Amino acid sequence: MSGGTRLENANPVIFQRSGQRLHTATEEDEDVHDPIDDREIFDILSINDPEHPLSLEELNVVEQIRVKVNDEESTVGVEFTPTIPHCSMATLIGLSIKVKLLRSLPERFKIDVHITPGSHASEEAVNKQLADKERVAAALENSSLLEVVNQCLSTRTI
Amino acid sequence: MINVYIELVTFAFHPQLYAHAHVLWLSFRGTMAADTALMLSLVEEYVSGLQDSKAKDTAKGVKDGEFTVLQLVEALGLSLTSSQPHTRARGVQLLSEVLQECYGGLTEREVEVLIAFYENRLKDHYVITPPVLQGLRALTKCTALPPGSAVSMLRSLFQDVHVQSLMLAERACVYNMLINLMETREAELKGLGADFVFGFVQSMDGERDPRNLLLAFQIAKSIVHRGYDLGKFTEELFEVTSCYFPIDFSPPPNDPHGITREELILTLRDVLAGTPQFAEFLLPLIIEKLDSDVQSAKLDSLQTLTACVSQYEHKDLAEFLEGLWASLRREVFQTSSEKIESAGLAALTALTSCLSRSVLNSDSEDSLCIFLDLVLKDCKHHLCEPDLKLVWPSAKLLQAACSASNRASHIIVTAVVPSIIEQYNNRTQCSHRRTILEVVQRFIQSVKTCQPPENEESVFGAFRSSLCSIVFSAVTETNASLQITASSVLTSLAQQTGLLLDSDIELAVDHLIRLLLMEDDDKVSLAVVECAGALAELHPAAFITKLIPRLKKEMFSDPMDQDNNREASEQQSHHALRQRCLSALAAVSIQPSVVQESTPVLLEVLSSAHTGSVGFSVEEVVLTCSSLQRIAEQVQDTEETGRCFHDIIIPRLLSLALQAGLQGEGSTGRRSPLLEEVVLSAMVPVISTSCSRLQPTLAEKTASRAVSLFLDGDVSFLPDNSFPSDIQLLKKQKGDSWSQSQMVCLLMGCVCSLPRSVEVPQMDQLLLQLEELSCTCSHPPSYTSAAKCFAGLVNKRAPGDSLDSLIQSTMKRVYSVLDSESSSVRTQAFTLMIWVARALLLRYHPLCTALIDKLFSLLDDADLGPMAADGFSLLMSDSSDVLNRSCHADVRIMYRQRFFSENSAKLVQGFNAAPQEKKPNYLKALSNIVNKLPKQVQVTELPALLSLLLEALSCPDQGVQLSTLSCLEPVLIDPPAALIQQLEALVNRLLALTSSRAMNVRIVSLRCIHAVSRFPVHEVLPFRARVLRALARPLDDKKRLVRDEAVQARSEWFLLGSPGGS
Repeated sequence: MSGGTRLENANPVIFQRSGQRLHTATEEDEDVHDPIDDREIFDILSINDPEHPLSLEELNVVEQIRVKVNDEESTVGVEFTPTIPHCSMATLIGLSIKVKLLRSLPERFKIDVHITPGSHASEEAVNKQLADKERVAAALENSSLLEVVNQCLSTRTI
Repeated sequence: MINVYIELVTFAFHPQLYAHAHVLWLSFRGTMAADTALMLSLVEEYVSGLQDSKAKDTAKGVKDGEFTVLQLVEALGLSLTSSQPHTRARGVQLLSEVLQECYGGLTEREVEVLIAFYENRLKDHYVITPPVLQGLRALTKCTALPPGSAVSMLRSLFQDVHVQSLMLAERACVYNMLINLMETREAELKGLGADFVFGFVQSMDGERDPRNLLLAFQIAKSIVHRGYDLGKFTEELFEVTSCYFPIDFSPPPNDPHGITREELILTLRDVLAGTPQFAEFLLPLIIEKLDSDVQSAKLDSLQTLTACVSQYEHKDLAEFLEGLWASLRREVFQTSSEKIESAGLAALTALTSCLSRSVLNSDSEDSLCIFLDLVLKDCKHHLCEPDLKLVWPSAKLLQAACSASNRASHIIVTAVVPSIIEQYNNRTQCSHRRTILEVVQRFIQSVKTCQPPENEESVFGAFRSSLCSIVFSAVTETNASLQITASSVLTSLAQQTGLLLDSDIELAVDHLIRLLLMEDDDKVSLAVVECAGALAELHPAAFITKLIPRLKKEMFSDPMDQDNNREASEQQSHHALRQRCLSALAAVSIQPSVVQESTPVLLEVLSSAHTGSVGFSVEEVVLTCSSLQRIAEQVQDTEETGRCFHDIIIPRLLSLALQAGLQGEGSTGRRSPLLEEVVLSAMVPVISTSCSRLQPTLAEKTASRAVSLFLDGDVSFLPDNSFPSDIQLLKKQKGDSWSQSQMVCLLMGCVCSLPRSVEVPQMDQLLLQLEELSCTCSHPPSYTSAAKCFAGLVNKRAPGDSLDSLIQSTMKRVYSVLDSESSSVRTQAFTLMIWVARALLLRYHPLCTALIDKLFSLLDDADLGPMAADGFSLLMSDSSDVLNRSCHADVRIMYRQRFFSENSAKLVQGFNAAPQEKKPNYLKALSNIVNKLPKQVQVTELPALLSLLLEALSCPDQGVQLSTLSCLEPVLIDPPAALIQQLEALVNRLLALTSSRAMNVRIVSLRCIHAVSRFPVHEVLPFRARVLRALARPLDDKKRLVRDEAVQARSEWFLLGSPGGS
């Protein structure tokens, strides 16, 4: 196999994409108010993995059942599951998810991103980092970090 | 004279004798003709005066016969014998340039002398070589090339010239000489034997310019393909070309030469794959290059492998099989791109089919078997691994080999299918079973691509019963995706000729019926209907005896009868059942024998719906009509089916519609669903499809019957004939009743869809009555259909005075109504006008212009203005029921573009002149026109209209906003410069529209903003902050579809100018 840097998890299990959300008649109706729901947040999160040419959904890092949204109270909670317990990319994945939500949701929302309990070795540290507004802001000042995050969020094919 | 010529040339051969020649030359002057004075001055000006244009004049003189080449040589004498190499070069150059123009007129003798001269000049000073080569190239194009001269030319060329130390153009000159000679003197060159190849190899060795490489590859390709003797230089020729493989070349931007990478790759591939003699060198090279990290190199290697094995025999491949297989397997197992995977699979197929072609000797081993053993050894066990992880790549490899030949498919199927079947039976998880079924499906399809020879049993013959049993067990599972996969496997099995027995088909039909009746999952029933259609085409009998009677029974069981208080949900499910039955009936009706059985059922649905004996909803009746139409579309056009439609179905439809119409809309009690406009509009395509598609002679009969029904009230051909005798369908009914007049759409379906060769009887009478009805009736569907019918007939009518006078009288009538503001039938007149305008526009009739001008003037009309603006959309779009190509209408190509180019200026003028409150009409008309233009035309035409379109974006009419946005969207992908100049206005207006009241406007404006983010970064970056702020609001839009677009657009704008973004 041709070289390059070694990947931490070179051959991950790939999960099926859930496919396009089906449009309902109410979505076409001008007068109905569609609340922001779990699936919608989940669709926003079709982010590329930093290591693989796959989306987080295909790697099962983000699952629809681990996305909780309450439109009325303006809160969003996302739990993500790193592919392996020692994944060094966990913080980066969390940061990407957080940035994507910050860019895609109305300002009124309070966004909480954390690791699925029990799925990562340094779960608490990562969660703390992600919850700290100042640290998130500082991270995004770092242009090389921002570059990686933006690459994850880029929809254009390379 | 010719002696003088030779003597001169002989002197010219020996430059050391130039002084001698000069003296001789002077002594000959006296013999020269007087008109050579001109020639001498031309030569003088070219050689000493360095005026390049004189070469053209001289060539012209020679071409026109003013002087001969001989005289030119005479005149050149002094320069050719000059002691200065540059003067000699100049002299030769003039001669060469003239020859380039006039090589056609030379005699064999002249050519011989000239060649001798040039060959000799090759030995001269290096500055003379370029013009000499030019001259030789010109001579290679001569038809009068004496025998042997090609060989001698090449010998001196290879001997005296080192090609790679020449300049680019001279090298090209040498290659062109070779190409020309190979074109015309193939036999002679072959006589040179391997020397020719050697000479060529030496000439091209080290070539670096892509333009010349293309020429050199062409020569090499001819050498290889036309069977030149490579002798002991096979490897040299391979080396000198294969050192460029794989081609890595990216043309400079704005390349004026137009050499593409693709071109080089293909020509080189032709060389390398051209002969089995290269096999021993090429195959190791391919194996080596497949190891490369560069994707394009892999792809090129795989495609070259596919190309070369088509020429090879098994003995060429034998020693490399293992290496090739290892590389191919690796490429498919560890694939990083779909392109490489499919190229790898194609190479495997080509390789296997090469091995299958080989003829076996008694002493040699069967290399196909050996190779397939390798493949099976590496792939088969993956099909049985518990996690099924590598099942797809292995299956794809096996299938690629399988599809190569009948023999290969026998070997692989026999080895693999039993274990797959066993796997299926051992697995319990539905997703695993589905994967295995999909693998089976692909195997069956891969075998299908190599048709077995006649009267040989199918490859799957031995596994028929076990395959059937897994398919049938899969369709009885409750898992939807398993059922869907199983039904497509069933289709594939049925398509294997002679595989399934009648009893299998009957069992399959039973399963299909059960699924149709029980499964209410949309996707499953879609798959089942599709499968039923495919099976019915091949095995109609089982469907006639089983499926049709059963579906009929189910459809006619009336849920209303038993209990009126049934649950709504149950009615709903019964409706869905009927829907499935109707679409299944349509799908299976492909063979005439099935149609004979299925259409009576559908007709019975219609008549029971009419009489009310069984309750069918309007929607179900419409579906029944569309099923009939689908059958008319897909059935084979035979006499039998033609009779079925023209003699049974159409009269029956007309009769039912007439019965309903006579009952009238006012009758008390139950109203027949056949009175509904939707039902009638659904009947129209049944009639028009049969009339346009099935049996023209029968269609003619149907048309004349329909005309006599509508004009004369002749009901004799209708079944259940109990109609009154005074039917007048096209006359104004008393009390403005529309139940009969609306039937005119059925007449339209019939007479407007006939092939143009078929005559419609009583045409003038018919047109008169249609015009009357369309101008006086007050029921919109009736007068619209009458206008459409009139237009459909006008479109097909033969050109001439009678057509012109007909149109003029109609125009007069329409104008008089339109011009009287108080008239109550202005809308009717307008409708007739717009349809006639469309009919004429499609056939480029000159009278169309007047109607269009009238339409433009109506944009300012107080009442009809908006309608006129919408009328442009009708002119430009396709209509589904009349005036389209499937109705055999006279539709010229590109009528839309023509309309646009003739009228866009009028529109802009009108817009500028119009009062403020009328401007929206113009903008709407513009967006209607532009919207329907093909995208390519839009992109080129829009810059001119840009300011108008930007204006239209701020027009309050939502329809205008929407259609303008959808015109702009494709243009934004490749924005013209004019648009970038107006970026400020564009962004402002788009952002304003994101808070429009209409959801669609918000969606499309967000898409446009998204597209703007892909403009050149330096142009749009100044807007970033403003756009991001403005897009925060639609993120909280109440409609999800709007939010989706906002999210996408906003994240794209965030990435703009940010590290890692764009």
